[in-house]
Amino acid sequence: MTKRITISHFVRTSIAALTISAAVANAADAIAVRGETIYTMAGEPIRDGIIIIRDGKIDRVGKAADVRIAGDIRMLRAKVVTPGLIDAHATIGLTGYLNQTQDQDILERSEAIQPELRAFDAYNPRERLVEWARSFGVTTVHTGHAPGEVISGQTMIVKLAGTTVEADAMRNEAMIACTLGDWATHGDRKTPGTRSKAVAILRSELIKAQAYAQKVKDAKEASDKKSDSEAPKDGEAEKDRTPKAPDRDLRLEALARVINREIPLLVTAHRANDIAVALRLAKEFDIDIVLDGAAEAHMLIDEIRAAGVLVILHPTMVRSHRGACENASFETAAKLVHAGIPVAMQSGYEDYVPKTRIVLFETAIAAANGLSFQEALATCTIDAAKILRISDRVGSIEAGKDADIALYDGDPFEYTSHCVGVLINGQVVSEVAQ
Amino acid sequence: MKPASFIRVMVVASALWATTYAHAQDKPVAFIGATIIPIDGEPITNATLLVHNGKIQAVGDHVAVPAGAEQIDARGRFIMPGLVDTHSHLGGGWGGDSSGPIQPACRIYDSINVLDAGLQKAQAGGLTTLNVMPGSGHLLSGQTIYIKLNDGRTIDDLAIRTEDGRIAGGMKMANGTNSQREAPFPGTRAKSAALVRQRFIDALAYREKLMKAESDDDKDPPDRDLALEALCEVLDGKRVVHFHTHRADDILTAIRLSQEFGFKVVLHHVSEAWKVPDEIRKAGVACSVIVIDSPGGKLEAKDLLMTTGAVLEKAGVPVAFHTDDPITDSRLFLRSAALAVRAGMSREKALAALTIEGAKMLELDQRIGTLTPGKDADFIVLDGDPLSVYTHVRRTYVEGKLVFDRDNPQDDLYAVGGYGAGEGHIPYGCCLNHGEHSR
Repeated sequence: MTKRITISHFVRTSIAALTISAAVANAADAIAVRGETIYTMAGEPIRDGIIIIRDGKIDRVGKAADVRIAGDIRMLRAKVVTPGLIDAHATIGLTGYLNQTQDQDILERSEAIQPELRAFDAYNPRERLVEWARSFGVTTVHTGHAPGEVISGQTMIVKLAGTTVEADAMRNEAMIACTLGDWATHGDRKTPGTRSKAVAILRSELIKAQAYAQKVKDAKEASDKKSDSEAPKDGEAEKDRTPKAPDRDLRLEALARVINREIPLLVTAHRANDIAVALRLAKEFDIDIVLDGAAEAHMLIDEIRAAGVLVILHPTMVRSHRGACENASFETAAKLVHAGIPVAMQSGYEDYVPKTRIVLFETAIAAANGLSFQEALATCTIDAAKILRISDRVGSIEAGKDADIALYDGDPFEYTSHCVGVLINGQVVSEVAQ
Repeated sequence: MKPASFIRVMVVASALWATTYAHAQDKPVAFIGATIIPIDGEPITNATLLVHNGKIQAVGDHVAVPAGAEQIDARGRFIMPGLVDTHSHLGGGWGGDSSGPIQPACRIYDSINVLDAGLQKAQAGGLTTLNVMPGSGHLLSGQTIYIKLNDGRTIDDLAIRTEDGRIAGGMKMANGTNSQREAPFPGTRAKSAALVRQRFIDALAYREKLMKAESDDDKDPPDRDLALEALCEVLDGKRVVHFHTHRADDILTAIRLSQEFGFKVVLHHVSEAWKVPDEIRKAGVACSVIVIDSPGGKLEAKDLLMTTGAVLEKAGVPVAFHTDDPITDSRLFLRSAALAVRAGMSREKALAALTIEGAKMLELDQRIGTLTPGKDADFIVLDGDPLSVYTHVRRTYVEGKLVFDRDNPQDDLYAVGGYGAGEGHIPYGCCLNHGEHSR
């Protein structure tokens, strides 16, 4: 269960009830967060602000002077308050901190294309890395299979409450994870052994999915038509002409959702030529893609912007000493954001030490290399929520949204500041000064 | 540059050195108006640093700048000693191979590419002295080397010499799961310790024969054995053992071995040192700590915490940090100290842990690690507080010579990355069991 412990350093405050009608928040089931500065990410920061939370949702947010509180209400205080952070791409929960065979569900190596694999069936909400990331203010993670196969599975979006996957998931199937370039070809298996081959098998599979999607659509339209009209008189002849739905195929079913633009293809591509392949595929199949990693995105800014593609950028501190990320730059986030390209930050995928990065830390380095404080914060809050299509619920501190809040004792990006409290759905889930 | 500490070498190595590398700094240079963090004392505001001939001449707020000195306006800047990384793998070098677990004859000296872009990136992070380690994956993977990041073209340009003219360096050892694998490597901790003890006992016997031959003309010295010679250097205290060790019991095993054979040891990584701080203090052993963003990644680091530095400080154990580059990025080495402060370490000890404490662990504290007059002019110029994420290293000086300047576009490329920054960077495979789930 989620921890719900009263904390000593959080001040429980009683404020005398004042009877100012419209601005009164009732104490029952409510909790308040008061911040010297609240970065709502929906307008200017509020100095000396307060957030009233009720039933897991943000009820009101405004200047403390403008909001009256009725009765005995638990009050958390912090110097800086932000929306709970969103890690736009991780493997947390599929990867375990021990890094042993039994806690590594990040990559199924049996085949190059397996979109039927659901992160939802592998996510471990009690994994220690979940608790660890949460303690720095991360409340939502887009997690799934690691890059490393042409299609490694379906990603999911989950709150880091650490209860059950059913209770914590926001999107059971968020995107289909695809890898292009260095990481999608392997020496230890015959195919795909080259970029051309990887793209060829990917295109073949997408073409199959197009046909499958068309069959499903035709069958549905026929069935809808049939149920709309009278029962046919000459039953047998009619039956022969009715398009039949194909046998269910989990693999093609998953890809058909990409073809139908219900979900995007999350394409991990680092080198500029691989990014170009991703843009080409999006055009050829008329699908939505989200660029992931994109270490050389700084070399294709015009092309990415023209394609209207969203970017979940590699961790700023990604190792650049070799391979696909050798041309990564600390300044890419700033370059993309300033070019008007939507960018979200991620913790990424690690196969050794550290077993996960922390999106707060990765964003901090971007903030120190060209992004303004609020631009940087947006990449791990509201902009990440928009890219993940969950901004109706999270990513900013606004009335009606989920009460996912992070509290800090200073500038959250400063190395020496601490996250001093985290709320998910209005519940205090972390209280250690981390 | 004019490295006085290298004069001995110039004499020995003659004209080759002088023609390829000497760069006289004939004029004193004064950095004026900075906040100077000398490490050997309190920070001084509006202070001056005076360097000449590769050495620090004076530090303080009342430094008389000699006539003819070059004056550099350093107002708004912070100046502190160049950072000392006690454990790096830059340069693409390897020590021992996969033929056996104990390979003291292997010298990382013979294997480093000093043109590796990683060294340029390390300068961008403010590093001036490195202990480049071989390995990992062995009980003993070979001889380490202490180098200056002085833009030299060969390893001999970079190598630091000891007082008696040897290439300075230590010996890399490891225990725990790091070196456990298929035979001839050990499969258990007990076997690991047994193999190491036997080898040191062999070295003791070898040394005994050497000593006897020296005192007795009738006795022949033993045939030369490079491995045992190197272990004798360890036994004689000429090489500090840099011991990779994580788990609390492994830490104690490393201490036990050092006590049994009387070798000098620095404990490296020490993920679980926070469980046995008093035992470490009682043994009088120093710790070089790695600061990592999350626990785990391998079994022996599963209880790694950012509080290790703070716990050891409180117990009175000397603490330094290291990058273990490529495990953490040399360009962000200041971050290790800052995160340790986040987790409770004092600011003073954390900054010392980046400089003088590391220098002590490499036995170079007479030459580097503080801005003390007479020491090498290895220092960095920062545009803000060293523990702030927003601070960048603007300049790095090694022995008075400017080796990194963020205002130079090529240096800036190494500092922030971008197209071409990876060029010339030597791939370094972390471990012998690379590609498997690391143990």
